[in-house]
Amino acid sequence: MLTFRRYSGSGLRHLLIVAIGLAMLYPVLWLLASSFKPNQDIFTDTGLWPSTWTLDNYRNGWRGFQGITFARFFGNSALVSILAVLGNIVTCSFAAYAFARLEFRFKKIWFAMMLVTIMLPYHVTLVPQYIIFSELHWINTYLPLFLPKWLAHDSFFILLMVQFIRGIPKELDESATIDGCSQQKLYFRIIMPLLLPALITTAIFTFIWTWDDFFSQMIYISDIKLFTVQLGIRALFDPSGTSDWGALMAISVLSLLPITLIFLVFQRYFLDGIATTGLK
Amino acid sequence: MRTARRQRIYPHNRTAYLFLLPWLIGLFCLTLGPMLGSLYLSLTKYNLLSAPEWIGFANFKTIFTDDSTFTGSLKLTFKYVILSVPLRLIFALLVAMALNKGIKALGIYRTVYYIPSLLGGSVAISIVWRQIFDTDGLINGFLGWFGIHGPAWIAHPDYLIYPIVTLSIWQFGSAMVIFLAGLKQIPADLYEASQVDGAGKVRQFFKISLPMLTPVIFFNLIMSIINSFQAFTPAYVIGDGHGGPLDASMFYTLYLYLKGFSYFDMGYASALAWIMLVIIAVFTGIIFATSRFWVFYGDGKEGR
Repeated sequence: MLTFRRYSGSGLRHLLIVAIGLAMLYPVLWLLASSFKPNQDIFTDTGLWPSTWTLDNYRNGWRGFQGITFARFFGNSALVSILAVLGNIVTCSFAAYAFARLEFRFKKIWFAMMLVTIMLPYHVTLVPQYIIFSELHWINTYLPLFLPKWLAHDSFFILLMVQFIRGIPKELDESATIDGCSQQKLYFRIIMPLLLPALITTAIFTFIWTWDDFFSQMIYISDIKLFTVQLGIRALFDPSGTSDWGALMAISVLSLLPITLIFLVFQRYFLDGIATTGLK
Repeated sequence: MRTARRQRIYPHNRTAYLFLLPWLIGLFCLTLGPMLGSLYLSLTKYNLLSAPEWIGFANFKTIFTDDSTFTGSLKLTFKYVILSVPLRLIFALLVAMALNKGIKALGIYRTVYYIPSLLGGSVAISIVWRQIFDTDGLINGFLGWFGIHGPAWIAHPDYLIYPIVTLSIWQFGSAMVIFLAGLKQIPADLYEASQVDGAGKVRQFFKISLPMLTPVIFFNLIMSIINSFQAFTPAYVIGDGHGGPLDASMFYTLYLYLKGFSYFDMGYASALAWIMLVIIAVFTGIIFATSRFWVFYGDGKEGR
């Protein structure tokens, strides 16, 4: 009796969890299915299995507009994201190493400032940053999109790595120091190799956030040749008139593909990374 | 003599500042400098073409006394934050609790629930959202099964907020993952001991799980509020990109963007940004100030 009750309880819970999971995935699956449906079916056939399959949407979408294909937009997005990733893993880990392991003047003040900048809405710096970048003639270049990452501007990742480095046993540093290792070498020989999981977490998050950073891309990029995927999709999509929905869906699927693949491959780092930043 | 002493106290001063250099440059050139800059600009009239013209507090005066779009966008953003943040966190907590009770293939569920958080920020998903909430979209088709005639979610200004809120709740996965990690840290013997003492499931939830999770709830609450105030892409794409229909998608950040980058009223936009900073600071300040009454740290320390 008791076992039966326990079983039915967990069965119901299981069912609920699966049902919620399916409901969560439904929009994504619908998008995927729609991308293979002929244009006239997309809004009439709401099922997840297209009655007629077609690849036309992908062909039409990929063609892009004004003579520029989406291959270009994808290349542009990849370039910006990779430059951003490299910047963040180098400069944020440098700063994190200093905060976690070294003693220096005004450390507490700097550290407090770093924490505050995590919570700072970017809008307070938006307008002057735009003015600075436009004075430097960096509008319609990728510098405004990736240069801040080379200046450790995403302090969130500094905190992530500070927490991680604090978890690395200090005995390792001490024995290396006794062996004559300088503080600079210590970072490259001891800390950086052990920091790898946090570096991967940082790399993945940076890639995804940069890939999706529609707002900055929209502000700084207006030259179609420099468009990123997000800008390309937004340009295909006409909220008031008629868009080629099939093509839009197909390109949307492709735009989500890199992020999804990276997530699925590295999800262990990813989800644990979120968990550790949330705690300590 | 003094330098020697300083060197003893801070043996790594030079190395440390070398490692900190990129961040320090960023702090001054990308954060502190621009913050002062926008504070100055908020007191000027500036359109990028001619030099800023000092007008004192005129921008703020206009914003607070003579700008119904500002009032509307603030109300809309508050409504969005107040609807989406609690619902999202409650949902995240409930699902985390359900998953935490031991389930086969936890990893798969964690992944499935996280996927919306992963994709939700993209333009693509906002477009999908617009479609499934369309008058004859999926949601109304679903409601139709129950004989409910759904409204025009996207086209009608009274309803547009709900698709945008739903999109935010849909992304509960990131908060859930943090809750799940928090739940895992609660020692099992607490539950065992309370069970021996005859505590039921509900009582266990309110007396053990919830208090032990308060640090995590605190963190999630702060981050969700800060992020929700800054929501932009959903409002921009699900709405018509100009705040319409009838300002129903005029979120605060969208208004700021339009003022600054469509009308090139940079001074006004800076003033809006500073007001937003103050609002967010007040909100987080209140949560921080009240935290000592409701956030429970298991290690007996007060605060962090």
